[in-house]
Amino acid sequence: MPKMNLSHFEASMLFALFTSAVLGVITKRTDRERIHYAVQCFVYFLAAIFGLSWLMYLGHG
Amino acid sequence: MQTPSVGQWAPAVVLAWLIPGGGHFLLKRPGRGAVLGASVILMFLLGLMMRGALFQPESGDLLTTVIYYGGFIGDLLAGVLYFLTVWLGYSQPDMAGHVHDYGTKFLVAAGLLNLLAMVDAWEIATGKKE
Repeated sequence: MPKMNLSHFEASMLFALFTSAVLGVITKRTDRERIHYAVQCFVYFLAAIFGLSWLMYLGHG
Repeated sequence: MQTPSVGQWAPAVVLAWLIPGGGHFLLKRPGRGAVLGASVILMFLLGLMMRGALFQPESGDLLTTVIYYGGFIGDLLAGVLYFLTVWLGYSQPDMAGHVHDYGTKFLVAAGLLNLLAMVDAWEIATGKKE
């Protein structure tokens, strides 16, 4: 098994991608709604990643 | 409303646990099964490639018990991926470093996503959802 070194950003983006895909598939009833919800979740994840990252950066001083 | 029998949903739920996405394939939802299976399997493989640690049940104070038992259950929920990994001798100690730490979280998260897929398979099998 090859070893992989990912940055915080890459790892959190992959986490967001897979989690959004699963949440989209299991929560909605039509394919259109599923895709829409998955994209929406991904955008929320992105907002949280960038928001919390800046908060930690600024809070750290 | 009549309660659905165990025989109606158990095969799909057990298959969904053992093979990520398998329950949906059994229920003739191949598209959704493929997305769920790919997400769970890729997440688990990424966790292994980041050399994440697999949890072993361990008791102690409340927080230790919750983390280790919870983590173990999360790992176990990945089904055959977990069993194959253990069977093939993967044994990664818990090490310091953000990559290992993400790997450990990816392994548990893959199991938790598979739990969501199992619940979805149960809803479809019992007719609560299309």
